[in-house]
Amino acid sequence: MSEELAIEVEGLVKTYAGRPPVEAVRGIDLRIRRGECFGVLGPNGAGKTTTIEILEGILSATSGQAKVLGWEWGKDDRKIRELIGVSLQETELSDKLTVEETLSLFRSFYRTGITVAEAIARVGLQDKARTWIKKLSGGQKQRLAVATAIVGDPQVIFLDEPTTGLDPVSRRQLWDIIQGFTNSGRTVLLTTHYMDEAERLCDRIAIIDAGKVIAEGTPHELIRTLGAEHRIELTWDGLAPPELAGRLRDLPGSVNVMLDMHHATLHVDHPHLVLPQLMSILGESKIPLTNLATRHATLEDVFVTLTGRHLDDHQASGAGKPGR
Amino acid sequence: MSEPTADRREFRLHPMLAVTITRLREFTRQPEAIFWVYVFPLLMILVLGSAFRTQPRQQLAFDLVESSGSPQLAQWLGHEGELSWKILPESECRQRLRTGKSQLAVKALAPDGAEIEYWFDPSHPDANALRNAIDGKLQRAAGRRDPLRVSDRPFQESGGRYIDFLVPGLIGMGLMGGGLWGVGFAIVDLRIRKLLKRFIATPMRRSDFLAGIMISRMLFMVPEIMLMFAFSWLLFGVRIHGSWWLLTGLIILGAVQFSGIGLLVASRCKTLEAASGLMNLVMLPMWTLCGIFFSWQRFPEAIHPLIRWLPLTPLIDSLRSVVNEGAGIVEVLPQIGIMAAWAIVSFAIALRIFRWRED
Ligand SMILES: Nc1ncnc2c1ncn2[C@@H]1O[C@H](COP(=O)(O)OP(=O)(O)OP(=O)(O)O)[C@@H](O)[C@H]1O
Ligand SMILES: [Mg+2]
Repeated sequence: MSEELAIEVEGLVKTYAGRPPVEAVRGIDLRIRRGECFGVLGPNGAGKTTTIEILEGILSATSGQAKVLGWEWGKDDRKIRELIGVSLQETELSDKLTVEETLSLFRSFYRTGITVAEAIARVGLQDKARTWIKKLSGGQKQRLAVATAIVGDPQVIFLDEPTTGLDPVSRRQLWDIIQGFTNSGRTVLLTTHYMDEAERLCDRIAIIDAGKVIAEGTPHELIRTLGAEHRIELTWDGLAPPELAGRLRDLPGSVNVMLDMHHATLHVDHPHLVLPQLMSILGESKIPLTNLATRHATLEDVFVTLTGRHLDDHQASGAGKPGR
Repeated sequence: MSEPTADRREFRLHPMLAVTITRLREFTRQPEAIFWVYVFPLLMILVLGSAFRTQPRQQLAFDLVESSGSPQLAQWLGHEGELSWKILPESECRQRLRTGKSQLAVKALAPDGAEIEYWFDPSHPDANALRNAIDGKLQRAAGRRDPLRVSDRPFQESGGRYIDFLVPGLIGMGLMGGGLWGVGFAIVDLRIRKLLKRFIATPMRRSDFLAGIMISRMLFMVPEIMLMFAFSWLLFGVRIHGSWWLLTGLIILGAVQFSGIGLLVASRCKTLEAASGLMNLVMLPMWTLCGIFFSWQRFPEAIHPLIRWLPLTPLIDSLRSVVNEGAGIVEVLPQIGIMAAWAIVSFAIALRIFRWRED
């Protein structure tokens, strides 16, 4: 059962008409299994919203095929709509309705579903059930948006940037809610800009850039493609001696070295083997080190390696700065 | 987190009803909307009704030009109740005529008042009437004998006064504004807030949604119109001579027709500015042409066919016939036909071209 596909996308293309036309999605294939939490990652304008909205039946594809739970958009639309739940990137729910009233409106649209009270409980808004939406915080509004997505008891849930703009506590609360869905066998497709979120939450990830999938797999698989899973970061004051670069590159066990004026990043497989030698080089060259840190490679590194850019900035900037 | 349990037996509101209730809630929570829909039309009736209230007997106000003959005229005229005049210098009389502060100035050209000049604008009907009334007074005071015996009988029954004419006009105008703004704005607003898009991602039927919006509109209008009738009955004694059922039917038909037009106007608009521009474009000709404040028959004959087919005209005309003349359904059938045609055509087109999605 769990091997059955929840979402199947083939050769999806979306070109927005206009002058000039915008090729927002340029041939995307996805196969998402039931019960999976699947993350779509990518910078602004990558085509995440466009892709997810085609899967939600809100946009029509220019070409290609999209199926949800075996039903095809364009043929079985009503059927699919009963089975999915949606939270859009930007929706302004009506200010002067309460949480309860909003959910009972959405509940009325579905033939089957959970009670309004249960939807409220699942997103932890019991205290706010009778509060006007105008008076909710950003995080509470996001949770309400998720509640509108689940009140029809959907099998597949689409969440477009559900945690953008939330504080760390609210984000974690939403993660728990989302994990609750997948634990109960439901499929979640979400988009995000946050690497840590994708790593923590998603079973599998597709990284999208400029309308194409540039990498796909579990977070671990993606990081493994980098070849070396650890990073050693060095920062110093003043100028590095000219021979430093060569000596770092010659270190046994170091796969890749990125170096600028005050900063170096080493890609290594086994930090414990590299560090002793590194320390002695640094000692010999008398560099006024201000910081030395080791960390695991992240999805951010995957993105930087694939595109030469950071995920959270549009323009390609130096690879020296630490990511989010 | 517990396994979600779908409650398949839970009582579920019909989506159309849910949309209707939601709209009613949102509406009643907006004080400014309540003002425009319920208070403003009443103020309008109050102001216009009092301004054009038929006064018991009209005051005859004019100026006497200061001259050697003015004391004689003053003596002839006296200061009886309905006359109101002042003796003013010639330059001031001219000034007051020019600026419309007075409509008539009377000047004695001879010291004994045997020769008199009237200054007034002959193209102005009120000024003409005033001139003749004053002339009659002076002639009689100077010794003229009228050969005929006349008596006046005031005729001001409910149904024939200006206020009786005005109230159905204002109700028609209210239905037009309510339908266009209420439905049109609501829809464009939902579109801008991406809620329309959010709704179509659910299994909601589009027809349920549109019907819910319209029904809620009609539900606001019923009390609005009842208030307007009750208010004008209490204040000005406006009575409904025809059948209440027929009147209700006409009001509903008018509301449906204008909701349909509101839907049509909003069906493709992406901004509130575009929608309000378009709505004004639609409403402006009807405000001026369709006989809200005065009969459209006063416009040139050539444009009568056009006026007759504008949606507001049949509504106001039929309301007037039923309210003031007690007309039955047969007499207003042509108007019902035109309104039904507008309702059906606007809906059919709106549903066809409605923009639900963005691409
Ligand atoms: N309605 C539209 N008409 C024309 N172009 C559009 C439209 N919507 C999006 N685009 C363009 O399509 C591209 C992809 O947009 P999309 O919203 O899918 O990106 P995204 O990955 O969701 O970005 P973000 O992270 O900012 O939400 C962008 O270049 C955008 O400018
Ligand atoms: Mg987006």
